[in-house]
Amino acid sequence: MAKEKKTLNLNFGPQHPAAHGVLRLILQLDGEVVEKADPHIGLLHRGTEKLIENKTYIQAVPYFDRLDYVAPMNQEHAFALAIEKILKIEVPSRAKYIRVIFCEIGRILSHILNVTTQAMDVGALTPTLWGFEEREKLMGFYERVSGSRLHANYFRAGGVHKDLPVGLESDIDEFCERFPKIIDDLETLLTDNRIFKQRNVDIGIVSKQDALDYSFSGVMLRGSGVAWDLRRSQPYDCYNDLEFKIPVGKNGDCYDRYLCRIEEMRESLKIIKQCLKNIPKGPIKTEDGKISPPPKKELKQSMEALIHHFKLFTEGYRVEKDEIYTAVEAPKGEFGVYLISDGSSKPYKCKIRAPGFTHLQAMDYLIKGHMLADVPAVLGSMDIVFGEVDR
Amino acid sequence: MKNLESLEKFINSELTSKINNSFIKHDNIYINIDHDELVDVISFLKTNKDTKFRQLIEITAVDYPENENRFKMVYLLLSHEYNQRIIIDYSIKENEVISSLTSIFPAANWMEREVFDMYGLKFKDHPDLRRILTDYGFEGHPLRKDFPLTGHNEVRYSEEQKKVIYEPVKLEQNYRNFDYESPWEGTKYIKEIKKN
Repeated sequence: MAKEKKTLNLNFGPQHPAAHGVLRLILQLDGEVVEKADPHIGLLHRGTEKLIENKTYIQAVPYFDRLDYVAPMNQEHAFALAIEKILKIEVPSRAKYIRVIFCEIGRILSHILNVTTQAMDVGALTPTLWGFEEREKLMGFYERVSGSRLHANYFRAGGVHKDLPVGLESDIDEFCERFPKIIDDLETLLTDNRIFKQRNVDIGIVSKQDALDYSFSGVMLRGSGVAWDLRRSQPYDCYNDLEFKIPVGKNGDCYDRYLCRIEEMRESLKIIKQCLKNIPKGPIKTEDGKISPPPKKELKQSMEALIHHFKLFTEGYRVEKDEIYTAVEAPKGEFGVYLISDGSSKPYKCKIRAPGFTHLQAMDYLIKGHMLADVPAVLGSMDIVFGEVDR
Repeated sequence: MKNLESLEKFINSELTSKINNSFIKHDNIYINIDHDELVDVISFLKTNKDTKFRQLIEITAVDYPENENRFKMVYLLLSHEYNQRIIIDYSIKENEVISSLTSIFPAANWMEREVFDMYGLKFKDHPDLRRILTDYGFEGHPLRKDFPLTGHNEVRYSEEQKKVIYEPVKLEQNYRNFDYESPWEGTKYIKEIKKN
């Protein structure tokens, strides 16, 4: 009697610690081999784009923190750049440096989370404990500058909200001195670890061509050997004046992506150090009263300042009719904002291009033919955060 | 092509009959095309050795309810080789069918599903046109301008039925949408002082 072939449908998630959020992955299994993966997303959909259409430009900024919530300021950056380009605002040099410092802190935040949780998904617990201690310090910097650990709401069109508090620069500098040791420690636990390598080497291989076809960006693209980084190729703010390397992988597997992230953290530290060394004194946001609110002390004396303040926080500033796409190199890849303004103080349309969305789309292609146990490894190396996938 | 101007000229000369309008702004090229020519234009831009727009960045739609051609479809492409971006758009009516790009770019799959979900536009030859971001069994298309911000249904756990139930949205207070727009533009002399 011939044996009938049966496939098993397995629901992975929506509540699963290795799903990195609320992913419902429907897997078709033949024994332990995955034949098909169908990700169901949208469980964290909050209608961010619709909400932004109904808010003024200033009110829209906090929504960007809630997209990729492990690196909030990188998202705000894309939105701020879009408005600045339309309004042709000149951003003061100090603001540019502050923004770059905090974007790189965001990159480290995101990469620590990803590298260590990926390690946890394949069975190593210690890196998470060590890494999260450092994340806490970085979020402390976020808090000192913006008042909040996660939802910073700090970048503005034309600069940043407030100047760095006293002592923060030297504290960040001190962190940069100590952190390479932590990365080394993490590497001793993982890079040559036999189990970690067995679980990651040659798993989820992406070829160059497929990485392009599937619209991969960031580490997913660089891990496959495409040297492409928006910080270098389409520099924004002060990235042009900074020296840093772009780590590129060879094989395009999970392990190469892990190595890329580790190297990127080291490069980020270099960037932060250069910024701290070269940061100029001066204003931190554009002094155009029609765009940025006046200093508090002027409110009591200047009628003009009072009017500006009132208008900015009720009507908001208006953005002339235009359409623009701006992108930044967020930790997870190319994060873009496609903004259509219509001359009023609210965006007519704000499409958010999230890197995780296109990465997760390739899940079926990446996991086909792998074992069930490889699902968390591949998912972990994609660096998925549902805030941005579901928007 | 090395620079944007020559690229714009090249695209215009190669695709004359298919392009309605093109211009350069914010370091990107914007082109407006006929909606029947979409697949030809995109595959030309992807494969031609002088353009090499080999990555599809995003597909989205924009809703203009007052226009006869209500929706504008937008495609963003990126060329790594020449470090250039192109933005392609065209207008369509509500019930017109759009050609799917899934055969050219596999990444178009979810992007088109999202447009279908959010705007209710249908794609021809799409392998798997399902809703993607909204709830199972959701009705309506949220990013259309006539869809209310609050939505139609809300969910809660019902203690009597011991399950999550859907109910029409009930708000304790209506959504407040103040009209802050004022005709006030500031006095001219201030702008003049600033310029000098």
